Amino acid sequence: MIEQYIPIFLVIGVSVVFSMAVIASSKLFGPQRPDSEKLSTYESGMKPVGGVRERISIKYYLVAMLFIVFDIEVIFVYPWGVEFKKLLGEQGISALVPMIIFLVVLELGYLYVYKKGGLKWD
Amino acid sequence: MNIYDIVFYLFAAITLASAFVVVTARNIIYSAFSLLFTFFGIAGLYVLLGADFIAVVQLMVYVGGILVLILFGVMLTNKITSVQIKTGTLQVIPAILGTALMAGVLIKIFTGTNWHSQMAQYPTKTTAYALGHILLTDYVLIFELLGILLLIALIGAATIARKEEKAS
Repeated sequence: MIEQYIPIFLVIGVSVVFSMAVIASSKLFGPQRPDSEKLSTYESGMKPVGGVRERISIKYYLVAMLFIVFDIEVIFVYPWGVEFKKLLGEQGISALVPMIIFLVVLELGYLYVYKKGGLKWD
Repeated sequence: MNIYDIVFYLFAAITLASAFVVVTARNIIYSAFSLLFTFFGIAGLYVLLGADFIAVVQLMVYVGGILVLILFGVMLTNKITSVQIKTGTLQVIPAILGTALMAGVLIKIFTGTNWHSQMAQYPTKTTAYALGHILLTDYVLIFELLGILLLIALIGAATIARKEEKAS
């Protein structure tokens, strides 16, 4: 029932309230003596160079796509994993076959990206 | 009004308010971040419907993955410093037709659904067991096709990303 989710609501509630309280209290009680040096962009102690609206390489997009594809793969492995013992009892060792096919198909994609050099950081 | 109703209205309010910001925000980056709360609110609604596994998937894939992809999309296109990327009102008549059609479908579903069925059959254990079982028995073909769909997405992403590199 819905009562099972009370701990999750508590965690969400505590994290929201705590983060807001920390930010608000540092705004309220912290000393604020700004000058132009303090307000300038922090860049590891160096003078900031260039704009922030730099165009980002499309390679990052490939990394994000790889992440999502394997994220979805994990999501489909999980229900198979929790049910595997029961399936093994029903079908024997052939219960492994669909998941192996699924993983091999995805590894083919991984190999393709690897061979294309999509994982190289040049 | 019990605790179920209160939690439902809380998540529905989060979803609707943030979805409103997504479509009305003038700056595209505000829309993208507001979408985070829309996805989160929908995950909460899935929990209330008893679909706990779908709720976790919603958080993992949409909040954790798709949103990162959308933010990358914004960063990849936000180069043009002279032209601000903003939402505007274009194509009024097609928009009205599209939304009217969508509203019609939604109202049809809304009036035709029995809304009080889910409380009685709220599952006591996680739905991952049942999902895992039907995914590898009755729907095994769909499961394998899904692997091929993901493969296509991977190859497509790799092809697009490499093409850019040759051009530069």
